Amino acid sequence: MKSSRSLILDEADRWLFPVVLLVSVYFTFRGHNAAGGGFIGGLIASAAFVLRYLTGRHREDPIYNVFRPHVILGAGLFVSTTTALAPLLVGDSLLESHIWKFTVPIIGDLKIVSSTFFDLGVYLLVIGVVLSVLVALGFDHDLDEDIDNGAQA
Amino acid sequence: MTLLLLAHLLVATVILTVLRSRPRLAALFGIGVLLTTAVTIAILSTRSPQPTESWEWISGLGLRLDLALDGLATLMVLVISLLGVLVLWYSVDYFSDHIAYVRFVGVFVIFAGAMSGLVMSADLFTMFVFWELTSVCSFLLIGMNDESAAARSSALRALLVTGAGGLCLLAGVTLFQVAAGTSSFSELAAASPNGTLITVAALLALTGAFTKSAQFPFHFWLPGAMSAPTPVSAYLHSATMVKAGIVLIARLAPIVGQEDLWRWIIVLAGGTTMVFGGVRAMRQTDAKLLLAHSTVSQLGFLTILMGLGVPGATYAGVAHLLAHAVFKAGLFLSVGIVDHAAGTRDIRKLSGVGQSMPVVAWLTGLSAASMAGLIPLFGFATKEKALVALLDADEKVGLVANVALGFVVVGSVLSVAYSIRFMRGLFGTKPGLETTPIDHAPSWFGLVLPMGLTVVGTVVAGFLAGTVGGWLDSPAKALDPKAYGKLALWPGINTAFLISVGVIVVGVLVARSVPTRPWRNPVKISGENIFQYLYDGLIVAAKRITRITQSGSLLAYNVVIILVVISVLAAALLTDVGGGFSELVFADSFIQAAVVILACAFTFGIAITQQRFVAVLLLGGLGFACALIFVMFGAPDLALTQILVETLIIVVFLLVLRQLPRAFEHRNKFAPRSARIVIAATLGVLMAMFTVMVSGARTAPTVGDQYTNLALPEAGGRNVVNVILVDFRATDTLGEITVLAVAAIGVANLVRMANRRRRPGGAEHVENHTHEGVTL
Repeated sequence: MKSSRSLILDEADRWLFPVVLLVSVYFTFRGHNAAGGGFIGGLIASAAFVLRYLTGRHREDPIYNVFRPHVILGAGLFVSTTTALAPLLVGDSLLESHIWKFTVPIIGDLKIVSSTFFDLGVYLLVIGVVLSVLVALGFDHDLDEDIDNGAQA
Repeated sequence: MTLLLLAHLLVATVILTVLRSRPRLAALFGIGVLLTTAVTIAILSTRSPQPTESWEWISGLGLRLDLALDGLATLMVLVISLLGVLVLWYSVDYFSDHIAYVRFVGVFVIFAGAMSGLVMSADLFTMFVFWELTSVCSFLLIGMNDESAAARSSALRALLVTGAGGLCLLAGVTLFQVAAGTSSFSELAAASPNGTLITVAALLALTGAFTKSAQFPFHFWLPGAMSAPTPVSAYLHSATMVKAGIVLIARLAPIVGQEDLWRWIIVLAGGTTMVFGGVRAMRQTDAKLLLAHSTVSQLGFLTILMGLGVPGATYAGVAHLLAHAVFKAGLFLSVGIVDHAAGTRDIRKLSGVGQSMPVVAWLTGLSAASMAGLIPLFGFATKEKALVALLDADEKVGLVANVALGFVVVGSVLSVAYSIRFMRGLFGTKPGLETTPIDHAPSWFGLVLPMGLTVVGTVVAGFLAGTVGGWLDSPAKALDPKAYGKLALWPGINTAFLISVGVIVVGVLVARSVPTRPWRNPVKISGENIFQYLYDGLIVAAKRITRITQSGSLLAYNVVIILVVISVLAAALLTDVGGGFSELVFADSFIQAAVVILACAFTFGIAITQQRFVAVLLLGGLGFACALIFVMFGAPDLALTQILVETLIIVVFLLVLRQLPRAFEHRNKFAPRSARIVIAATLGVLMAMFTVMVSGARTAPTVGDQYTNLALPEAGGRNVVNVILVDFRATDTLGEITVLAVAAIGVANLVRMANRRRRPGGAEHVENHTHEGVTL
């Protein structure tokens, strides 16, 4: 496996991976006002992970080793569902959105919409979906067996 | 009251979690909560007016949890709690070394709470909730020996029968709510509604009651439930749970009990059950099954009394409910003692047990005498009262009372006979049989004393029949204000008394003429067989239908789906072609036309290429062409998503392709190439026409303008597409991402399973037929 690595792909991944992740976060947040959003952001981030996966470098990557795809998947679903249910606690209806506006010194006016958190959940979930399909179809035996062992333990 | 019910749940939780390894302590906790319930309810019941509690449940549907502690509820809760204490006490010595004992105690306590809730329910929906809870508990307790296939199947059968009855009840309850506008017992009784809907509702509810109380033709699950440990049978399947149906009938009788149809159904079903159960009890050689059939018979008796809607019968019904609970629990417990001591309860094998265990035999004899209705026991007083009530009732309700009386007399003869059969079988000395050795002498404190206490109840209530009868006024009046009466140890010589004497004489004669060994069953068809036949048939049919509809062939699925779509589209186009065709233009711009032509070229390439790899690349190209079209029509979000998805899909495809042959296989018997071309072309043409038609069919203004205007003020965003996704239609998104997550987990596991099969050492072979005809 090591011998078949492509140097160009390796280098491209080394530089592109963090940039693409950053871009994905940017697209997620800007989604509220321009093209983007959690779904698109999640797909962009997935592309970064796919790139890293194709280089084979993911074995060294803590993201693959610490966060299993299904954990990211679950975290995303949890965040979205919590955002959806939270308004019920204060007596509003399901998924009712709130807008908080406040001014932070230096940075200026900030506006936070509660649906952003919902979108963040979508972002995580999309990454989780792509990664779990990728790992399953990639027949990545190391990771696969780790997961099997983890499930049995 | 609600707090008491919650206490049951809490204690059960503690038992099932903390006390897993402390069976005796668990039983003590269970006894504690039941005793507390009994004492508290006794104190609460003296309050005037009667305590009620009501909790908002689902306000939108007007559903409430309503509890009321009327006389009947008090009586039943006391019976449930006190008998529960005795049975739990008994169970410690009986089987506290059983591996599932703590689970038994936990479920037992939950059951007692559910049953108490059921009898205190002042509302049909509330009752239904507890009703289902008792069914589930019963399932868990019958199937307690979960290693035994017989126990599992009889638990399942009981659950299916009572569960189906529960569904009938739910339908009936809902109809009551719809037709009468209320589900509260007292409001229903005050409104005394009538009409077809109410009749149907009553019949459905009655079906539920019949399944629960093992009335003909749903009686068969109860003898099956005898595979439960004896304490479970003693408590659930004789004294408490099976009375749930009787309580429901009693609560419904004031509402719909004056209908002739109701009375006839009650009397015919109850009467058949009473006689039929009695006859079957005479055939049994297993003492516990004998008792089970006798319970079926007695439940038929109670159904008649409670359902007739005549004040005297209602009073007698309440009294006999109490009498039966007490003597039947005692009888079951004594079967358990003999079984425990001698290692068998088969009356063909037992002999001389009465001489080895004289005290147990005498105590059991008293309970059995009460079941047979002998003076001076409580069972005599209540049965006497029932006969008097039925004799008087024919002036009021006519012929149906005479029929009921006939059934009751025949049933009573049989109950005398099976009581004798039971006693002689269990304790008698039989010629030609060696005296059964007693392996374990029964523990006085652990087994005999709790059983003896039920006998004390039977005897004392018999001697104090007048006093006890006075206590029963309040429960009876809760059902029917005119229902009151007196119980007497010595009623004097009247018609009813003469009937009683006749019944006993005939009963003894019947008992003498029936041999111990089982005689040939004259009725070949049993409810059990019919149930099993229907059940097996359902499973077989389900398997057959699944095999036909789920062939596993991707091509077959696709063809079915596409043909359905074609027929729907064709139907739509035939009815209305729409005005879209007149507005058609060839293309808005040169680039647009070029992109579309490119997309068409890709599509044809996919269809004709022989290489999977080429097909995947062309498919990706088609996707990018679509993305271009989105861009041209001003949908950057869509285009962005499309491009990203296409990119990822190509990677995923490449991973999959490693496992597949390089070229497509073109062999399949399902549809030849020409047929597939025709089907595909038809779908394409129809879909295109449909798109044009739909675009011209709009009459209402689009919702899009509204969304565009509301996006910023309502949701604080300027990107309408995103605002729709995360705000306006966020519920859709939530559903979609959940589906996405489930699908991802499913894909991951399917692939992993397939891998495991393929690995060397994995014995399973890949099933070839599922891959037949699959073309990507």
